[in-house]
Amino acid sequence: MSKTFDIQILFDHWDRFLEGFLHTIEASAIALIGSFTLGTIIAVMRISPLKPLNWLGTAYVEFIRNIPLLLVVFFFFLGLPSLGVPLDGFTSGTLGLMVYTASFIAESIRAGIQTVPTGQTEAARATGLTYLQTMTSIVLPQAVKIVLPSISNQFINLVKNSSILAVVAGLDLMYYADLINADTFLPLTVYTLVALFYLVLTLPLSMAVHAMERRFSSANRS
Amino acid sequence: MKKRSKLGVLLILLAVCLVFAGCGGKKEKDGGTLEAIKARGKVIAGVKYDTKLFGLKDPATGKIEGFDIDIAKALAKKIFGDESKVELKEVTSKTRIPLLQNGDIDLIIATMTITEERKEQVDFSDVYFKAGQSLLVKKGSPIQGLEDIKKGVKVLTAKGSTSAKNIREKAPDATVLEFENYQDAFTALKAGQGDALTTDNAILLGMQKQDPNYIVVGGNFTDEPYGIAIKKGDSEFVQVVNDLLKEMKESGEYDKLYEQWMGVKPE
Repeated sequence: MSKTFDIQILFDHWDRFLEGFLHTIEASAIALIGSFTLGTIIAVMRISPLKPLNWLGTAYVEFIRNIPLLLVVFFFFLGLPSLGVPLDGFTSGTLGLMVYTASFIAESIRAGIQTVPTGQTEAARATGLTYLQTMTSIVLPQAVKIVLPSISNQFINLVKNSSILAVVAGLDLMYYADLINADTFLPLTVYTLVALFYLVLTLPLSMAVHAMERRFSSANRS
Repeated sequence: MKKRSKLGVLLILLAVCLVFAGCGGKKEKDGGTLEAIKARGKVIAGVKYDTKLFGLKDPATGKIEGFDIDIAKALAKKIFGDESKVELKEVTSKTRIPLLQNGDIDLIIATMTITEERKEQVDFSDVYFKAGQSLLVKKGSPIQGLEDIKKGVKVLTAKGSTSAKNIREKAPDATVLEFENYQDAFTALKAGQGDALTTDNAILLGMQKQDPNYIVVGGNFTDEPYGIAIKKGDSEFVQVVNDLLKEMKESGEYDKLYEQWMGVKPE
């Protein structure tokens, strides 16, 4: 009774910890790939010479980036079903996470694209490449390299934000942590263990960011 | 260091305050609760202020209303012939038994389930509300009771609740999804995120009242009857309360109140 920390919980509830952990990885991986793709498309739209596309991209970023993640998730979880599109907790949580993170990634990539000297674009267009070709083969590869650290930071945020799934019964790590805590009444143990699970995912990402930052800064110096 | 000593002083002050506050509780003289009530001129009832249908304080008007409150008023009417001779005191599940034992309240009418454990500390009246876990579904749902909760059926409830444990035991094949609280679970049910919501019938009846498109089905599959708690050993006052409940049932007043608050007739 008087125990506040009992590592035995990890073994007693291993199945639920593992299921939650795997769902968190799954949701993060899907949202990561999805938000990177979507974010890149929106970044290109934002700087495209076509005004309507431009406007659409800006609207997306400014709208999504400036509302809480929870609202985005609720749109998928509670809003869409009323329009006849039922999505379960896991799917709506993952979609919300993807859509939300994409707005931040779009901003990072846009900033990156704009640091690529305009001479590059002009030269590419002069050789006869289309706008899209210029983007995909000349500008984006350079931009992505520049913005990798900041994008990776967004990915770290994404993994942490995936705990939003717990609110919509998305069966993720945090969801099961709440249930295990309710069974054991040992919040310190349960949530410390959960923190370690999240660190297993986020620390490698964090170290990758540091490695990239070191590489780029030394490359700039030489 | 300085900060720390300040905190220490504060803690000591707090402790002193608590000690004095503890001494403030008044003790009734030995003698029945009924005599104490008559001498005082009013009934002091411990009720909930935060429970829909039973005892809820309206933040706008400050009025406390509910099924439990009306029973307290009926008791005042029985003793004094005047239903306003009642003082309501807020209790929580944690504070109600100590308050009763201290004599701060005469009786507890606060959604209190009769259990063997509690019977050792207080005496209970007859059952005045048959509480228990039940199911809430959308009108016209194929689910009409526990036996329809089969594999693949999504049942919603609140995280870590006894209701979650019970439904897992009674319907092991169901998919149980748990939300932050019952209101969130109800919102999810309305959005079509589940087939049924399960918890105490008292909460479900409140939801049914809130949105008549959802109905309580299948009766209770757990038994947690509510009783009115009275100081241990005061069989005279228990009798008074039991008589009151009997009279209310015979006169139809009980059914009237039940329907007024629960939105349905008692079973």
